Amino acid sequence: MTFQATDAALGLAGGALIGLASALYLATHGRIAGISGIVSGVLDRAGDWRARLAFIVGLVAAGALVALAKPLLFEGPVASLPVVAAAGLLVGMGTRLGSGCTSGHGVCGTGRLSLRSVAATLTFMATGALAVAATRIAGGVQ
Amino acid sequence: MRQIRSTAAAFFAGALFATGLAIGGMTRPSKVLGFLDFAGAWDPTLVFVMGGAVVVYFVVHRLVLKRGAPIFDSTFHLPTRKGIDARLIAGAALFGVGWGLGGYCPGPGLASAMTGALGPIVFVCAMVAGMWMDRVLRPSSRRPS
Repeated sequence: MTFQATDAALGLAGGALIGLASALYLATHGRIAGISGIVSGVLDRAGDWRARLAFIVGLVAAGALVALAKPLLFEGPVASLPVVAAAGLLVGMGTRLGSGCTSGHGVCGTGRLSLRSVAATLTFMATGALAVAATRIAGGVQ
Repeated sequence: MRQIRSTAAAFFAGALFATGLAIGGMTRPSKVLGFLDFAGAWDPTLVFVMGGAVVVYFVVHRLVLKRGAPIFDSTFHLPTRKGIDARLIAGAALFGVGWGLGGYCPGPGLASAMTGALGPIVFVCAMVAGMWMDRVLRPSSRRPS
């Protein structure tokens, strides 16, 4: 389905909630709400790993609840499962090497006017677009 | 008691974050891939989601930092690294390829993990494996907190 005006309004509303949630995490725990960083902090048993785990549990639980109420807000992947697995590996390695993902760099870092985060965001958007273009050429997406 | 309130606050922040992702359409990989697909019917939804999030965070995080310290910690822990280096760009580039192949970044992947579909579970398990691989390949990267 293509883009409609309601998508823009819902996008802004959802984005505002994401920004608020990230600022709330800063207010309560004093840290950047970067999902990849929070996950790896749990894996590393960082000092505040309990709070990090609680954030992740909240993320997963709320996702499950919203999906029960509004199933259409969730879709399965477009790609095949082996491609999704490869994608997950790349996301895991890349976000650790690059110290962040769409939330840490894209939202929080960019919102803090961090040059590093702006550079990272432009980079992952560019290579993301290249990956989609490559998939299209390979005949995967239509 | 303080521990319980701290945990509850983090849980609530995570829940709010997931709700925003879902409302914004970010738990639908087709929307994300549509944004990255400049050769097709380009879908700008992600621009609105990210724009809204960045603007709100920009304004509110400044108000938050005016307090001397966060509620459940003695000090703020903000990134101090400056300068754009090869590691940052290489990591972001790898992440972007994974994002464009699967249509999931870490937040939406986790928010979709318990919705009954197999794809997000496969994604999250592979992502965690990728994080472990990075730790094995770069043992010095294990960060003190």
